[in-house]
Amino acid sequence: MRKTFRESVAQALENSNLTGALGRFSEAYRVSRAKAYEGLDFEAIRQQIVRIKGSAAERLDELAARFKESAERAGAKVFIARSPREARDRIVQIAKENGVRSVVKSKSMASEEIHLNRALEEAGVSARETDLGEWIIQLAGQRPSHMVMPAIHLTKEEVADIFSKEVEERLSADIPRLVRVAREQLRGKFLAADMGISGANVAVAETGSIVIVTNEGNARLATTLPRIHVALVGFEKLIEKLEDVAPILTALPRSATGQLLTSYVSVITGPTPNTDGTPKDLHIVLLDNRRNDMASDPRFRQALQCIRCASCLNVCPVFRLVGGHVFGKTYTGGIGAILTAWFDALEESDDIQALCIQCGSCKEVCPGGIDIPGLILEIRRRVALEKGQTLVQKAVFSVVNNRRLFHAMLRTAAVAQAPFRKGRFIRHLPLFLADLTEGRSLPAIAPKPFRDLFRSIEQPRGTKEKVAFYGGCLIDFAYPETGAAVVKALNKAGLEVLFPEAQTCCGAPARYSGAYEVAGQNARDNIEALLAEDVKYVVSACPTCTVALKEEWARTLESLGDNASLARAGQLAAKAIDFSTLVKELVDQGRLRLVPGAERPRATYHDSCHLKRTLRAEQAPRQLLGEAGVELTEMFEADVCCGMGGSYSVKLPEISAPMLARKLKSIGDTGAKLVATDCPGCVMQLRGGLDQAGSDVRVRHTAEILAERIA
Amino acid sequence: MFAMFKARAEAVSAEVHRLAGREEAMELVLGLLQAEGVADHAGARAVWAESGFLSGLDRNALARRLPGLRFDVTRENAAGAKVGITEMDWAIASTGTLAQASDRVEQRLASSLTELHVALADPDRMLPDLPALFRKLGPAQTRYLALITGPSRTADIERVLTIGVHGPRRLVIVFVDGLKGGA
Repeated sequence: MRKTFRESVAQALENSNLTGALGRFSEAYRVSRAKAYEGLDFEAIRQQIVRIKGSAAERLDELAARFKESAERAGAKVFIARSPREARDRIVQIAKENGVRSVVKSKSMASEEIHLNRALEEAGVSARETDLGEWIIQLAGQRPSHMVMPAIHLTKEEVADIFSKEVEERLSADIPRLVRVAREQLRGKFLAADMGISGANVAVAETGSIVIVTNEGNARLATTLPRIHVALVGFEKLIEKLEDVAPILTALPRSATGQLLTSYVSVITGPTPNTDGTPKDLHIVLLDNRRNDMASDPRFRQALQCIRCASCLNVCPVFRLVGGHVFGKTYTGGIGAILTAWFDALEESDDIQALCIQCGSCKEVCPGGIDIPGLILEIRRRVALEKGQTLVQKAVFSVVNNRRLFHAMLRTAAVAQAPFRKGRFIRHLPLFLADLTEGRSLPAIAPKPFRDLFRSIEQPRGTKEKVAFYGGCLIDFAYPETGAAVVKALNKAGLEVLFPEAQTCCGAPARYSGAYEVAGQNARDNIEALLAEDVKYVVSACPTCTVALKEEWARTLESLGDNASLARAGQLAAKAIDFSTLVKELVDQGRLRLVPGAERPRATYHDSCHLKRTLRAEQAPRQLLGEAGVELTEMFEADVCCGMGGSYSVKLPEISAPMLARKLKSIGDTGAKLVATDCPGCVMQLRGGLDQAGSDVRVRHTAEILAERIA
Repeated sequence: MFAMFKARAEAVSAEVHRLAGREEAMELVLGLLQAEGVADHAGARAVWAESGFLSGLDRNALARRLPGLRFDVTRENAAGAKVGITEMDWAIASTGTLAQASDRVEQRLASSLTELHVALADPDRMLPDLPALFRKLGPAQTRYLALITGPSRTADIERVLTIGVHGPRRLVIVFVDGLKGGA
């Protein structure tokens, strides 16, 4: 990560205007979005959009040609621009040929992408943004920090300052008054402009129509008052049929702003008469700019299903801390990292994509069905291939890849950590490692790892069913007692537990860093170790590890083209299961019984990202804890990431720490003195934060709580 | 469907009225114009775009009754008007939306430059949702399909909802029974 980028992250985090406004918005957004979709089947709408836009992405050039034909039949002039330069030149040319002196623009992200305003100004044409947010940032000389709300990073006081300079009058920070000023200032521009430039939200190939969605009404004026209308439209806006507009218009306002529909939608098909009776000079510029290249990449084609609603930004726990000036370029947030890699260059996205913590929140809400975190990992993989890994990464992964050396080092560390250790925590690290313990203590490495502890647990004999336990690094070396609890529960249900000694790291740290070769070797070693004996289940009490077992080892091996190992990965995936889901099955089958104790502890449950959004097992642990007599009080945003994200908290402690702080506040607000969670990574993060805060709240893995309440 | 339309439109700050006939509707509209202080000077006029509602009415008499009310919706008249009156083609219940084939520019001038937009509509021309609208009114019927849902709004400064940016600050929807003659 570049030093300058790191500094911009630090600046954004210190900007309380930004974090305040974004934070409040992101909290309100979740509620308003849910309300807007009430009574509708989001999944069905999403599937429609995936079908419509997915099929369009397979034939962009065909649809562009068809759109051109239809729109020209209706009287529009259509130009297909392959590059930003071609698009700029064409629009400047239209302006020059028609003696255009002033332009009013309604919002167009594509025009930001090609830096159109600058090109117009250089050609002597004044271009005025009219969307309120865009006008504010144009006056401020900034770029949009959010695709839908470009000026969300500014306070009303800052806007008042910006407007005061423009109107040469001291304005107070009264929002209705500021909006009124914008109306008055821009009304004259609308009436005087020779040309209106708009974007479009949809372009329909069969009819040659463009659909423009706004709330302020500026697009209606920009497409009505000036004698020339130029619409700049990215290829990804193309769809085949008119009937396909409805699902997009159903999702876009709901996902963008929680509205059922925006105030205005215009469907324009060919020119209409101007106010002086002459026909409108209607030009539509379709912009490719590498969208075709993207479409021919089988992994990235799905990114063209984006409808630019920005819901991926609105639910992102990182975006709400740093905003779009750090997290993105022209396009911001998760999808912005992906689009930047294509529209600008892969290396431009390197720092930006590193901000993704892989919590999966965006994928849940994306109406285009885009696997945003998956594509960000793919960028990471490609960057790693192109640039190679850093020396530190190489050194670390070469150790992780050598199981014996890795485990030996962890054992040595258990001794070497002694000077920094306070009980079960490491509270302070010296010098350059100090960031790692900023706001969070680290767990001390256990004196006796689980693999040694396991040998002392006698297994029931003569049972029919065997289960292999995959520990994962944290349970094995930091929290062996969690492993012991897992074994106890399974033994009580009459299962014999095996702990294959040759198991090693699940490879997630390597995979999330783009080091797929390392992750692939981890996968192969583990698969062989875990399938060595005939077991019914392979269970893990770490959701990240479970996801590796069930999905990611196969995906990694597929990326590497290792088809020989792929079949074995499939066999393993079929047996893999997370602890709570397995225990729920055993309880439902009557093989295990939970009994409440005399005391009914009050607790709150923290959803780990992988358990909730990949394994979809948020109910099992809650039900089991209920049966065990735990009274759960739900915390605010229980399923928002705690900031751990595996090695993320090590790479970006400055972002991880405020995420943790939010989580600790939510926990504190419940008044519960116990937090249950199913992930040892979350346990580490939460315990570390509570320890530094001097809190008396305990954090326990669900397995440990349940193991004490088995009949 | 009407009840749903009303609820949805009011939820986005539109005002909804329903009247039994054209005469009652005319009284309501004139009352609205008077309450807005419509008068014959720049910034206080009203423009009424060509609509079926006006057929058979004596426009000169109306203009005499209410100075400042204009029926020639030019760019200049609309820019200097406070109120615009237009007749819509369809209403969409599920979102509280009005739809109009707005090919004629005066329809857009009257409904986008003014502070108050009075939209006349026929309760019999109510459709459940967007797909139903596209079956009735699409590019085959109009080159400029305009959908209007509530007044102009923004939340671009600190996410505070503010009504009336570039378009009308107030939208009054007047449903008139039998407006389109059962079409």
